[in-house]
Amino acid sequence: MSAATLTVRSSKAAREWGPALIVAVAVIGGWQGAIAAFHIQQFLLPKPSNIATALWNDRSTLWPAGWYTFKEALGGFALGSTLGVLFALIVARFQRVGSALMPIAIAANAVPIIAFAPIFNAWFDPLQPTSKMAIAGVLCFFPVLVNTLRGLQSVRPQQIELMRAYAAGEIAIYRRVRIPTALPYIFTSLKVASVLAMIGAVVGEYFGGSFDALGVLIRSDAQILDFVTAWAGIVVASVLGITLYLAVAIAERVFVRWAPGGRDV
Amino acid sequence: MTEPTTVVSVSGVTKTFPRGNVTALQDINLDLGAGEFISLIGPSGCGKSTLLRVIGDLVEPTSGAVTINGKSAPQARTDRDYGIVFQDAVLFDWRTVAKNIELPLEMLGWDKAKRRARVEEMLSLVELTGFGDHHPWQLSGGMQQRVSIARALAFEPALLLMDEPFGALDEMTRERLNLELLSIWQQLRSTVVFVTHSISEAVFLSTRVVVMSPRPGRIAGIVDIDLPGPRSVETREDPRFFELVTEVRELLRLRGEHLLPEEEAAAAREDA
Ligand SMILES: Nc1ncnc2c1ncn2[C@@H]1O[C@H](COP(=O)(O)OP(=O)(O)OP(=O)(O)O)[C@@H](O)[C@H]1O
Ligand SMILES: [Mg+2]
Repeated sequence: MSAATLTVRSSKAAREWGPALIVAVAVIGGWQGAIAAFHIQQFLLPKPSNIATALWNDRSTLWPAGWYTFKEALGGFALGSTLGVLFALIVARFQRVGSALMPIAIAANAVPIIAFAPIFNAWFDPLQPTSKMAIAGVLCFFPVLVNTLRGLQSVRPQQIELMRAYAAGEIAIYRRVRIPTALPYIFTSLKVASVLAMIGAVVGEYFGGSFDALGVLIRSDAQILDFVTAWAGIVVASVLGITLYLAVAIAERVFVRWAPGGRDV
Repeated sequence: MTEPTTVVSVSGVTKTFPRGNVTALQDINLDLGAGEFISLIGPSGCGKSTLLRVIGDLVEPTSGAVTINGKSAPQARTDRDYGIVFQDAVLFDWRTVAKNIELPLEMLGWDKAKRRARVEEMLSLVELTGFGDHHPWQLSGGMQQRVSIARALAFEPALLLMDEPFGALDEMTRERLNLELLSIWQQLRSTVVFVTHSISEAVFLSTRVVVMSPRPGRIAGIVDIDLPGPRSVETREDPRFFELVTEVRELLRLRGEHLLPEEEAAAAREDA
């Protein structure tokens, strides 16, 4: 029975991931072949095999640097997302605050906040992780705020009526109706935020930071025209970014299991 | 029967919705005695749901007042004096069927074991045993409506407000649940306000049928249903049953000039 379930599961996984895997292998193979066929220069686009070699040779510097940056991203993600959700709860609860602040928040959400990265480096010590956490945090804050608020407000009026018929107070309505309704919205924004956090941390480091940081490594490698190592650093950043994204996606599956889209998985 | 105590008293209630300036209810006066089963019937848009909401203090009347068990409507709501079934099922997608039924019990602070036991009883009552672990979107519309009926009955409220609870059900289930509802009503001696579009259902269930007319929503007439109780399958064959059905229909015809075509058709079908 359990063995059968397992087979069903793994064959389902194969069906889900198989096509993507084939495309990925084809792209990397094509990339490798194209460079050989068209004599593309190393500094324009290195061979995947060379990147892999660099990834292995420099593993003792690349991965610790990646971990350093990942922690910055994670800190910023946690801080910005938590504040975003809390702020949305306050704004949804107190309409006055909301009508005053929301237009500004929505406008801020459309601003390319990453452009502020050099400024954040000036505000905080650029050699400390806090400066990168701050930029990652601000990047995460606005989409989480705007989406959480939309979720809290998209409750069906009849559900509120029902709760009122049970003499439920505001807190019970939040706990039992508004927050569960908002959860799918929150997770959608957290997935966006997880990507933004990694971008914020790495790009923040491009404008200066500790030599333990991945962004600084990538930039300095690029400056000395060691593009293969720079590419290896980008691969590390991508792997870590995808890991954070997947962690959020798994949390979503756990917490929003009930959603019609995620049925009988 | 001795003079029953008044459970619900609606006096001079008018409700005008500012949006669109619709007068949904105009000067409604209605008293419900303890243990009464009242049906509200009338064409679509005549204010039946609005009246139910005013009684439940979910909509504030523009003028007039409602008292329940001698208390103001807001006080009665705070005291959880009534259970309500809405026209739509209004279930929570993130809760399983069992958890949906448990909701009012949770709000009342029942302990888990007691809640579980009651949910099982309710599930079997509405013939959904085994569906406790499903989510609402895995059920058909009629099944969802039965969940919301089970939820309203779960805490045995003394006053039940039901807005077309059986509208989405097939005829067989509807008739069975009619009988179930009557037996629950008799057991609990509860008071019921029941909205329906079906004349025969109203006559079959009620002690009184309140016929409403639209624009503005008013009470066109009240028909006392003097059928012998307890009602059963035979009741529907009683000649008196047909007389009363005709009486209600005449009232609807007379006053409900705004009957929608589909309701005319439904009335014609019932004639046959
Ligand atoms: N929230 C609201 N805002 C504005 N108008 C409303 C609102 N609720 C109801 N109305 C209006 O009040 C009138 C009565 O509505 P109500 O829902 O009480 O009718 P009903 O008798 O229950 O109809 P149905 O049989 O179709 O359910 C309608 O004209 C409707 O447009
Ligand atoms: Mg209605």
